[in-house]
Amino acid sequence: MVDVMSFVSYLLNGISLGSVYAIIALGYTMVYGIAKMLNFAHGDVIMVGGYIVFVFVSTLGLPPLLGIFVAMILCTVLGVTIERVAYRPLRMASSPLAVLITAIGVSYLLQNLALLIFGANTKSFTSVVAIPPLKLADGQLTISGETMVTILVGIIVMVCLTLFVNKTKAGQAMLAVSEDKGAAQLMGINVNGTIALTFAIGSALAAVAGVLLCSAYPSLTPYTGAMPGIKAFVAAVFGGIGSIPGAMIGGILLGVIEIFGKAYISSQMADAIVFGVLIVVLLVKPTGILGRNIQEKV
Amino acid sequence: MVIKMKKSMNKNTKNNFITYGMVIIVFAIVQLLLATGHVSSLMGGLLVPLCTYVILAVSLNLTVGILGELSLGHAGFMCVGAFSSAFFSMVTKNTLPGGLRFFLALLIGAAAAGLFGILIGIPVLRLNGDYLAIVTLAFGEIIKNLVNVFFIGKDENGYHFSMKDAISLDMTVDGETIINGPQGITGTPNDSTFLIGVVLILITLVVVLNLIHSRDGRAIMAIRDNRIAAESIGINITKYKMMAFAISASLAGVAGVLYAHNLSTLTALPKNFGYNMSIMILVFVVLGGIGNIRGSIISAVVLTLLPELLRGLSDYRMLIYAVVLITMMLFNWSPKAIEWRERVLPKNLFGGKTKEV
Repeated sequence: MVDVMSFVSYLLNGISLGSVYAIIALGYTMVYGIAKMLNFAHGDVIMVGGYIVFVFVSTLGLPPLLGIFVAMILCTVLGVTIERVAYRPLRMASSPLAVLITAIGVSYLLQNLALLIFGANTKSFTSVVAIPPLKLADGQLTISGETMVTILVGIIVMVCLTLFVNKTKAGQAMLAVSEDKGAAQLMGINVNGTIALTFAIGSALAAVAGVLLCSAYPSLTPYTGAMPGIKAFVAAVFGGIGSIPGAMIGGILLGVIEIFGKAYISSQMADAIVFGVLIVVLLVKPTGILGRNIQEKV
Repeated sequence: MVIKMKKSMNKNTKNNFITYGMVIIVFAIVQLLLATGHVSSLMGGLLVPLCTYVILAVSLNLTVGILGELSLGHAGFMCVGAFSSAFFSMVTKNTLPGGLRFFLALLIGAAAAGLFGILIGIPVLRLNGDYLAIVTLAFGEIIKNLVNVFFIGKDENGYHFSMKDAISLDMTVDGETIINGPQGITGTPNDSTFLIGVVLILITLVVVLNLIHSRDGRAIMAIRDNRIAAESIGINITKYKMMAFAISASLAGVAGVLYAHNLSTLTALPKNFGYNMSIMILVFVVLGGIGNIRGSIISAVVLTLLPELLRGLSDYRMLIYAVVLITMMLFNWSPKAIEWRERVLPKNLFGGKTKEV
């Protein structure tokens, strides 16, 4: 019985971590779908979101919801600024490596700025979730408030984003730009504006993911965002890059795999297992679970 | 036409010899300064790492500049070279003479890293662009992760291997742990010297420069410039991509050997074999000019020495790297900046020799 309980508890933890990955992966997958670039700095926007909430809620004593709101706005501004300053000038560059290397540079810049401002010390992050843990089956199974909130937020984000993309004009413009930039422009769509909007949404989601991540794992360093960022990219590839439901499925599966790997195989090898998944996926089905096959044209 | 060809060959050879000459002259100057006691012990301690970085930068430039793919796992190959050679040196510490042992260690490090390059290349080289970058990054992290859970020990019953901890090696009392998981390898003989480092740089340069100007090298660059066109004229894409990737990996392994035999304790930390190291090498390559081998050497030397010379800036070192990386990319690759440069600056002042990626 205890085994079943611990299995269920691992599963829930996995889904919770997976929901965080999924929210981050949504940012990656949308940006990748539209701008055809891997935004390496996305993971570090998460970290910035975490620090903003840390400063406003833990230090200045603002109410958590207001802090999250501020973090979302500031991260949006940050994301759009990064796009405008570092990525847009390189969109027409002759090599696709150019914007990728710049993105790595931005990621590095954000990490080191955080390192200079906040220092290398781990900041202990006070959870913003004030819901008491739920005890089930005579206290054998405890579900923390963070887990419940994270899963719930993941579902809400997923539903809202799907509705946004399919039902609104701006969402349809996003789909059009990701299909064919040139044709979209001819149809009167503001391509630059649409790409900026995608970065804005992605960054706001990154702020949310940052808060959730730091609430569940309450330690904040300048490198907090890097690993989850890379893993979320793995999740996006796993689910099929460019696909919103794919990011969600990939994220949750990856979270579950990571937690099970940690619990049942080896805690030190969890990262290696996650990356092993990426390699297997790319070998077996490079387009991911829900990805479309794109034929290369000469 | 024939004469013209010959002339351009000569130009390449001349260029190569300028590069070799540059390394030898710098080596001579440093030796002179060392002999006259003008080099502080701090700077002296930087000489071997400097050689390591130069080799890494040159070998990464082979992947990024010549093959045209971004590899973010270069530090992983260095890690393979470092640990395989250090393990070999530890095992043969008391049986082989120093010179031969280090020579064999170099071969083993290069071979092990090259083998990993081929193994990793099989899945990775089917991809390109962003996917290749992220998968190489993943491989680098996996290698670092694996090294940290390896335990190998030796006693009179032979070798013991474990992936749990040192106790589960189950050795007799006088058994010796060689690879001790996160504590790494302690007591590697310090075989690396500045002279060996410089010789290895020269060997790396000979390998890379001759590859670039050979038939194979031109095939690799043809793949970089237009994969489909290259395939349609009968170039074996997989073979040439693999060749460039494996050579690049084994040279990184050589750098790892040099690195490992300069330290008494070898551990796999994020700092030395992680993602950050891969990025630092990438910064060297980008600053020196993607595809420009001589540039990689110069930028590796400058970017390593500069923060040491300007001690006050050491806190800002990484920040400066990041800003340099972004600015260089924007300046060199943004279509608008290229246009502006062509209009305003005289020709051939910036990156005139830099090959297009």
